[in-house]
Amino acid sequence: MSAAEFKPVSFEELAVPLFDQLYNFAHWLTRDRSEAEDLVQETYTKALRGFASFQLGTNFRGWMYRILRNTFLTSRTGLKATMTVPLEPEQDSLELPIERETPEAMLIERSNWQLIQNAIEELPLHYREVLLLCDLEEMSYREIAETLSIPVGTVMSRLSRARNTLTELVRRKLEGGTVNGMRKMEDTTRHLP
Amino acid sequence: MVCERWKTQLDIYLDGELPSEQMHDFDAHVRNCASCAADALVRVQLKRYVQTAGKRFVPRAEFRQEVYRRIAAKPTRRILGWNWVLAAALALIFATGLAVTYRGRSRSDQDRTVYGELTDLHVATLASLSPVDVLSTDKHTVKPWFEGKIPFTFDLPELHDSEFSLMGGRVTYLGQTPGAHLIYKVRKHEISVFIFPERALPGDGEERSKPVKEFSFNVESWSHAGLWYCLVGDVSANDMDNLAGLLKGAGS
Repeated sequence: MSAAEFKPVSFEELAVPLFDQLYNFAHWLTRDRSEAEDLVQETYTKALRGFASFQLGTNFRGWMYRILRNTFLTSRTGLKATMTVPLEPEQDSLELPIERETPEAMLIERSNWQLIQNAIEELPLHYREVLLLCDLEEMSYREIAETLSIPVGTVMSRLSRARNTLTELVRRKLEGGTVNGMRKMEDTTRHLP
Repeated sequence: MVCERWKTQLDIYLDGELPSEQMHDFDAHVRNCASCAADALVRVQLKRYVQTAGKRFVPRAEFRQEVYRRIAAKPTRRILGWNWVLAAALALIFATGLAVTYRGRSRSDQDRTVYGELTDLHVATLASLSPVDVLSTDKHTVKPWFEGKIPFTFDLPELHDSEFSLMGGRVTYLGQTPGAHLIYKVRKHEISVFIFPERALPGDGEERSKPVKEFSFNVESWSHAGLWYCLVGDVSANDMDNLAGLLKGAGS
């Protein structure tokens, strides 16, 4: 039996590389630094305790996110956030067409990440988390479904709604006209050679 | 509209989640359809914006070090290679041979694990900036707060003539089982009171009903009416007994 076949795996080895992204996600969920720190700390404490029951070879990242998200849902902020329910009924495998008149047809310059960040922050929790897990953490639909304990069809419909809602929020902010460096694409194209 | 079918699947296409044949079909369509190509472009832009704007929060260096320190030097697990069957067989032989003598030791190991977990929870909670989720000294506020959050109910004592005061509570977990974590104060010390269904515990809760020391904390526990109570604190054993007495009397 060679040493390579008995590769040691410590919790630290697996969990430390996830620290920054878990913290970032926790902060997006809680919208507060000290709450995010509490959430991450509790997540690591729970994960450490439960590591013996974690099946090596399965998705450790998904497992950590699931612990973090479940811990958040039982926190004061999480309970408050989950009281906001979606107005539209959720349907599995509902695929929404992209709306034609969208602020996606706007050119957003790099200096306006703040606007996008504010718009993401305004998304309802169930849209914010699915959007960040997909576009930021680059999780597959299946991974997201496992992390959030929802069917893949619901992941797809939530993502679609999340993106449309984000688009609408950005459009409203742009129409407010107070944002520097962001112009509608048609305005920009006029200046193109 | 001929493109409607494509447009409903645009997100799935851009997320790389379409089956490969449909992916090829979509690629071909986007190359020949200006409208879908434009939609795809702006949707890709949106994804990129979220990806960049989403990387927003960075943990404080002190916080990072604190968590790293806690998780360092913890036990290592091993991934078995192709000969795991042999290893499992050997383990079975050893386990069979040692089963009788192991039982007593296993009992104390399980106790140590449970008490260790609760002591960790006690320390982590008190270190938190928001140690309780329901902040109240009134048991008639704290107890109802747990309704619907944990799968059992419990009684709390009146504290009028005692030196203990209730600070609040939160939902916590032992293993996968949710339970109540209450915090009481006596003078300047905090005592954690954990309440879990007995089934959350390995082994027999009755055997565990005795005061012990865990990392210099006093720990006292007992079972009553299908629930297991555990007190953790840095106060004297006498204070622990007094609070335990009040809690035991609450339901009677």
